[in-house]
Amino acid sequence: MSAATALPVTITGVRRAFPVPASRGGRADRASRSVRRGTTGGTVPAERIVLDQVDLTVEPGEIVAVIGPSGCGKSTLLRLLGGLDTPSAGTLRIGDQIVTGTDTRTAIGFQEPRLLPWRTVAQNVALGLPRGTPRSERATRVAELLELVGLTASADLRPRQISGGMAQRVSLARALARRPGVLLLDEPFGALDALTRLRMQEELLRVHAARPTTVLLVTHDVEEALYLADRVVALRTVSDGEHSPVSDVAPSVVRVLDVPGARPRDRADARLAELRVELLEGLGVVTHHVSGASEPYPAI
Amino acid sequence: MTTVSDQQTAASTRSQRAATTASTPRRSLLDRRGAAVVGGLLLPALLLLGWQLVTTTGLVLAYKLPTPASVWAAAVDLASNGDLYLYTAISTQRVLLGFAIGSALGLVVGAVVGLSRLGDVLLSTTLGAIRAVPSLAWVPLLILWLKIGEESKITLIAIGAFFPVYTTVSAALRHVDPHLVEAGRVYGLRGVSLLTGVQLPAVLPSVVSGLRLALAQSWLFLVAAELIASSMGLGFLLVDSGNNGRVDRMILAIVMLALMGKLTDALIGLLERRVLRRWT
Ligand SMILES: Nc1ncnc2c1ncn2[C@@H]1O[C@H](COP(=O)(O)OP(=O)(O)OP(=O)(O)O)[C@@H](O)[C@H]1O
Ligand SMILES: [Mg+2]
Repeated sequence: MSAATALPVTITGVRRAFPVPASRGGRADRASRSVRRGTTGGTVPAERIVLDQVDLTVEPGEIVAVIGPSGCGKSTLLRLLGGLDTPSAGTLRIGDQIVTGTDTRTAIGFQEPRLLPWRTVAQNVALGLPRGTPRSERATRVAELLELVGLTASADLRPRQISGGMAQRVSLARALARRPGVLLLDEPFGALDALTRLRMQEELLRVHAARPTTVLLVTHDVEEALYLADRVVALRTVSDGEHSPVSDVAPSVVRVLDVPGARPRDRADARLAELRVELLEGLGVVTHHVSGASEPYPAI
Repeated sequence: MTTVSDQQTAASTRSQRAATTASTPRRSLLDRRGAAVVGGLLLPALLLLGWQLVTTTGLVLAYKLPTPASVWAAAVDLASNGDLYLYTAISTQRVLLGFAIGSALGLVVGAVVGLSRLGDVLLSTTLGAIRAVPSLAWVPLLILWLKIGEESKITLIAIGAFFPVYTTVSAALRHVDPHLVEAGRVYGLRGVSLLTGVQLPAVLPSVVSGLRLALAQSWLFLVAAELIASSMGLGFLLVDSGNNGRVDRMILAIVMLALMGKLTDALIGLLERRVLRRWT
């Protein structure tokens, strides 16, 4: 049995910038997209900063929820941690090793299900099993996981024959199959109906309690973040893609919130309701008709 | 272990319903497949009838187009001394050998070009130029290098089979969904296991359609090879009969090429159906 234990995650000074694609426009357009003028007179190509100055330490076994507006770099952060992308600056560590590529100790549940269309549901889940899982054990593990996500009856269907929400649950089962040290989940419950969503949340907590693993969970749902996580990390959009002089960019992480109370939490907890309003207002959502004129997180 | 039982029952009734509804269209599909066979034979039957009419009424003179009966007689005649069988067999053997060699090479080179940037940079320009050479242009050179024996013909057919496979495989591999490749990498596939686990299965339908094109191209190149330099085969039968004024045998050769081409294509079609059924 793989003895994957929960691993700490350390992110220090991470930045990720993407080059702005060459414009189709004329010279004027190109000039406007070149940000800094080098001392030699040449222009430095513009880059779009997606994540900047990200510092975050996640304890082994901790569940951290990442929230933030669409396009702020949540998936990018998970891709960096999963070794699918490399930071422009800074380092990411899993355990005490710097992430340099994909790692058998991490598993990603992608934002899209990304199932292999030529494999059945069960075979897709089996892809997640660690290398060297004995043949006899494979079938029972897959059956267990399918039961966990409520898809036992669909084991032999192909991805095109199942619904979007079912596909997402297969993807979750595949990630859990790995029994990873660090589990990276990108909106794992996004496509589910409200009821299934609550059930899957309970299942995740149950799996986590039975076999602690470090979880980074991206979600759009503030309530879900507060219900599941030990801490909630709020990110912001640091650059709108037009002009982003490096010196002006503020850190991506706006807020790290410790969620009070121990799991399992009471969904009706008044403290959580207050925090929810606070976080939503931080994201720029007006939660009351009579707006308390609360300041959103300082935007750039 | 708690289960999401009502969901399961929902899912199972859904799949049962799917099964029952699936069985009805399957029947009508079978019917339609039978209809498709009949429909496909309709036009050839009409052509045969038209052929019979124009030749027996003397609308077209016999030295240009002999009657179906005399073509049949030519077939019986050639079959009786074994030539028909020999020519068909040797042509089919050439096609199959050339096709096997060419498409295997096409698969390997297509994989190299489709998967590695270096392979693409180094090879694709040259191969594109070679592909642009018309098939007949190779014949004199191949005869010079490989003599008139089997090698020159099989090489020419292999060239013909190579390009459809190479082109479809390299293009398909280049466009494998990067999301799936990433998913494979995250779950520990790399190198050969990534190739066999994600990339090849992803391009399998394109590979099969490339093979199908390659087979058609092989018959094309066979005739090119046999027209110019051979003493056996359906292409030889075509030229030889042309020189001797045996129009009946020329038509026989064309009919045999059509039949053999269709037969081998149908075999690949079966393979394609099996692959696609597994794939989707
Ligand atoms: N390979 C890439 N090249 C260029 N830009 C990229 C690339 N990947 C991501 N980006 C940019 O980075 C930004 C953040 O993308 P990301 O997918 O991380 O957002 P997100 O926070 O996950 O959003 P959502 O909540 O909508 O999923 C986007 O504006 C996107 O355009
Ligand atoms: Mg995302």
